[in-house]
Amino acid sequence: MHNAHEHEFKIPVGPQHPSLKEPENFSVALKGERILGVDIRLGYNHRGIEKAAEERTYVQDVYLIERVCGICSHAHSTAFVQAVEEIAKLQVPRRALYIRSIIGELERIHSHFLWLGVAGHEIGFDTLLMYTWRDREVVMDLLAQITGNRVNYGMNTIGGVRRDISDEQRKDILKGIDRLEERAKYYIKLALEETTIIKRLSGVGVVSHDDAIRLGAVGPTARASEVDRDVRRDDPYAAYAEISFNVITDDHNDVYGRTIVRLKELLESVKMLRQLLSGLPEGPIAIRVARKIPAGEALSRYEAPRGEDVHYVKSNGTEKPERVKIRAPTLANIQAVKHMLRDRYLADLPIVIAAIDPCFSCTDRLIAVDHLDSHKKEVMKWEDLRRYSIDWHKERGFDFSKLGAKLKG
Amino acid sequence: MSNEEGTRAEIINKLNIAEDKISILRPRRISCEVEYSDFAEAFKALTADLKFNVLCAITGLDEADRLSVIYHLAKDDGTVLNLKTSVEKNNPVIQTITTFFSSAEVYERELVDLFGFKVEGLPEGNRYPLTDDWPKDEHPLRKDWKPKQ
Repeated sequence: MHNAHEHEFKIPVGPQHPSLKEPENFSVALKGERILGVDIRLGYNHRGIEKAAEERTYVQDVYLIERVCGICSHAHSTAFVQAVEEIAKLQVPRRALYIRSIIGELERIHSHFLWLGVAGHEIGFDTLLMYTWRDREVVMDLLAQITGNRVNYGMNTIGGVRRDISDEQRKDILKGIDRLEERAKYYIKLALEETTIIKRLSGVGVVSHDDAIRLGAVGPTARASEVDRDVRRDDPYAAYAEISFNVITDDHNDVYGRTIVRLKELLESVKMLRQLLSGLPEGPIAIRVARKIPAGEALSRYEAPRGEDVHYVKSNGTEKPERVKIRAPTLANIQAVKHMLRDRYLADLPIVIAAIDPCFSCTDRLIAVDHLDSHKKEVMKWEDLRRYSIDWHKERGFDFSKLGAKLKG
Repeated sequence: MSNEEGTRAEIINKLNIAEDKISILRPRRISCEVEYSDFAEAFKALTADLKFNVLCAITGLDEADRLSVIYHLAKDDGTVLNLKTSVEKNNPVIQTITTFFSSAEVYERELVDLFGFKVEGLPEGNRYPLTDDWPKDEHPLRKDWKPKQ
């Protein structure tokens, strides 16, 4: 019930706002603490990538399109190369398809752990952020070991993948995912038992099953409203037709449901990775492809961590595409966000927006340190930087090594 | 008869269109082209009767003197139909499909900003994705548009 004495007013959130990591603008109409409606202004991150793709070769576009998103970079590059391969009628080696799925599932684990941390942060549960982001380092290290990078892996090329997975790396992934599985099980237990999480997330950001379908929601946002859709099963690509897995759905219809779906999906990803790694076929990882792609068109779908990613490519027989169209999952979930916020409290806004998992990216691999006193330049490699950070904290009384050993045990 | 062939036969039957206007690109991919005058009826039949109830994306295309739109519609069994239609470039007026899919709102705004389509019935709202001060008559995804040096 609205209090008749409360005034109606509008507050702008963004485009630059400390609690949102990406530039978006939400103009929130309020009556007291209740949200009457939200007007969303997007486009601050528009970089003209579709136009730029028309002016570059297909191979250059693989790298450009990988940079559409910092978190789902492999999702975008895979969706793009799949479309080009379909037009050129290429037979991509099976080993390459398996490697694409392996990187895809590792990326999903990294993305879902990241999301859980962000969700914890948005509800003032920063311990959860610290825990999940520490655990996420396991998968980040695996991705860095295989691809040479924490994000923007550069694994895909037209006709296959650029790097193989060695037997040693295979063993490392299997070891790493054992640990990730154990942690995922812990977080599931936490989500099912911890009163803070249950009370704060239940009944928040509600979207019913019918509304989720009507509003075109995708990914975990839709699956948490019992919309049983997943491109990996419904329209399989890469190696997904050859492995068994469950599509996780939930009937909570709220942010709590979205949390449960993502957490259970972690276990499914681990299950998929074990199958992909044990069944990794022998053979080449790529085929040679002509620079010119014959005229044609293809639509490619990919189940990114945030939902269905859609790429359409039209070729004209040259070495540059005629048209590249990209529909990222966040755009599909925007209508659902407006619906979820209506008539809710303003304090729910950050977690409701975070619950569709919009994304941000940043990464550094090498840091050049200028010593102010000696004018000496020193280049620190990743391991050095890590050791430096651990020692820096130890000197100040923070020693995480015991905790790390405990987790490993 | 494969799944796609069955769907193709159903579409030909329901939409009353020529066989050469609809083709199977690969398993789970069908492409179909209709005149704009037949579009509204075709779209209604596809979404209501043939259960293409997922809107994956809308692609705009600049094809010389015409502007084309492809509506990528999916069924729950994974089949995707690329429904293509086109209008004259000098009068690119199309009807909104937000009455069928409310998620189409942002996709149609892209058509307006990037290609210069006029979408009748599109609800009032902020432009997307270009900035508020971007000239109304400049549409970057048109082939004759070049970035200023």
